[in-house]
Amino acid sequence: MNLHEYQGKQLFAKFGLPVSKNKVITSSEDAINACRDIGGTKWVIKAQVHAGGRGKAGGVKLINTPEEAVDFSNHWLGKRLVTYQTDTQGQLVNSILIEECTDIAQELYLSAVVDRGTQRIVFIGSSEGGVNIEEVAEKTPEKIIYEPIDPLTGPMPFQARKISKILGLNSEQSKEFSKMLPQLTDLFVTHDLTLLEINPLVITQGGKLHCLDAKINIDTNAIYRQPEIQEMHDPSQEDPRESEAAMHDLSYVSLEGNIGCMVNGAGLAMGTMDTIKYFGGAPANFLDVGGTATQERVSKAFKIILADPEVKVVLVNIFGGIVRCDLIAEGILAAIEEVGVSIPVVVRLEGNNADIGSTILADSGAEIVSLNNLEDAAIKAVELSK
Amino acid sequence: MSILVNKDTRLLVQGFTGSQATLHSEQSIEYGTNIVGGVTPGKGGQTHLGAPVFNSVHDAMEAVQPNASIIFVPAPFCKDSILEAADAGIKLIICITEGVPTLDMLIVKKRIDELGIQLIGPNCPGVITPGEAKLGIMPGSIHMAGSVGIISRSGTLTYEAVKQTTDLGLGQSTCVGIGGDPIPGTSFIDALKLFEADEQTKAIVMVGEIGGTAEEEAAEYIRDHVTKPVISYIAGQTAPAGKRMGHAGAIIAGGKGTAADKIKKLKECGVHIAENLLQIGAKAKEVLG
Repeated sequence: MNLHEYQGKQLFAKFGLPVSKNKVITSSEDAINACRDIGGTKWVIKAQVHAGGRGKAGGVKLINTPEEAVDFSNHWLGKRLVTYQTDTQGQLVNSILIEECTDIAQELYLSAVVDRGTQRIVFIGSSEGGVNIEEVAEKTPEKIIYEPIDPLTGPMPFQARKISKILGLNSEQSKEFSKMLPQLTDLFVTHDLTLLEINPLVITQGGKLHCLDAKINIDTNAIYRQPEIQEMHDPSQEDPRESEAAMHDLSYVSLEGNIGCMVNGAGLAMGTMDTIKYFGGAPANFLDVGGTATQERVSKAFKIILADPEVKVVLVNIFGGIVRCDLIAEGILAAIEEVGVSIPVVVRLEGNNADIGSTILADSGAEIVSLNNLEDAAIKAVELSK
Repeated sequence: MSILVNKDTRLLVQGFTGSQATLHSEQSIEYGTNIVGGVTPGKGGQTHLGAPVFNSVHDAMEAVQPNASIIFVPAPFCKDSILEAADAGIKLIICITEGVPTLDMLIVKKRIDELGIQLIGPNCPGVITPGEAKLGIMPGSIHMAGSVGIISRSGTLTYEAVKQTTDLGLGQSTCVGIGGDPIPGTSFIDALKLFEADEQTKAIVMVGEIGGTAEEEAAEYIRDHVTKPVISYIAGQTAPAGKRMGHAGAIIAGGKGTAADKIKKLKECGVHIAENLLQIGAKAKEVLG
């Protein structure tokens, strides 16, 4: 789960990290008061969406009067911001962050991730901030440090000094950073983060370290024990069908093709998409209906798939493991009737009682093509999608 | 021979009296697995599915000496259950549960590595040695004793590979579902090492998917240490970047973890690639001659 920048900064502040004085508004009426409360004569105003690349898309602006904040808010609130990281629809702007302006001397990069290779939380730092870190990693790998944190010891001061050296900090800043590193680790562990990125971490004209941006990703598996984070969830930033699916415990990701897919198991769901592509078709979605594939789940899955107007045919691929295929077949039929599916459905059943399941589908009189192997089913679905 | 589990496996079921554990334990018993007991705190002294229930793994250890445990407890309690089994001295722990927090696994993995324990999963279908023992949620009927060792990050995709190798008469030595999480207890490399040393295994099928670099690391290991033929299929060739595809670990992040990268590396290291999932069995047959 992603957080907005302002939410990330709230967490930063809570853990004692240096962030700019700021206010969040959801209505342009509050813009003038927000600027006055912050004080000063220059502000940075930022549209809040779950995507990077906001600056280039016009979603971040330096302003000199509170009235400009009103104009900016009027322009963006309720509109969708399209950046190179969003799809063509963009992301809805429903909140705006106003901050005091920071005089930047230098931009650095700092992040922490759960690294699969070392199986540790790893801090990544670079003297090259404000840019795409993947590019830095590729072109000038010597400018990046990867520092793993031992879960037993936590971050040690010597590790802060190692990172400081690569960041190019002077001794005062290095001391500041030695305080920040445990705070960041504490935040990471306390709230079950999988990613924490400050790009850029800046050195101000006054020589101080300052977190100018905040990108935070939370481990979905741990949301149950993060009540404060649950409150921060903003469903408007997600694909509505994906959120709807998640509410019903189905994994769904929308894609750009026209063959709807309903599969049990995440790996097989990806494998089914690949098979469709292999035979010249285009999958409309990833959907894992789960191990049990009951009528209730199948019905919900059909509703979600059919909400996509591009879908011309649905391919159901179920490998019945523990659950018998005849029960699954009955579930599929009941779901098709309940939902009122009017486009062709190709079903491939495999596993326990697959033959009986196929017979049930074939004898039902419903508009279902029932095939026992995936190759035939994929070819048929591709043919029907053209 | 086989790896990890066989007819001498004495299995303990943690979370024994829950509905999922009950369903799958029944199937395991029917398959011939020796379930020596189960653990549900507070229900010690009862009998469930003909086996004794204990309040703790330690109690079970004393009474029935299990040498493997399978965990069905809800995700928030898995860290405790795994560490309890480890503390009681069980050397093979299989965690079926999906949704274990990543930071819990970070701690668990460090601890079990220190203790030299083999943890399979979490978020996995388990381990089966056909004809001997089934420790997991896979359908027993599609398996057949044979010569192919299977390692996979995905449940139903494993079943595809199993079905195909059974249909072609090859059969399986052991099938290991290592699970779809970012921090798995057992890696591809751990399982490859075991299959390489196993006499019954003549070829190894490795089913991978997008996300992370476990397949790339396995490829290098295969090049340097595995003499048996390895066949691999990678799921997610059509997956978009930045989206989690069901499994917590199946995500292309920062341009890393794509299927294309994995396939390229595997090919470079001499692994036979099944271009699509329909060809896994046929490829194994071709390689075995």
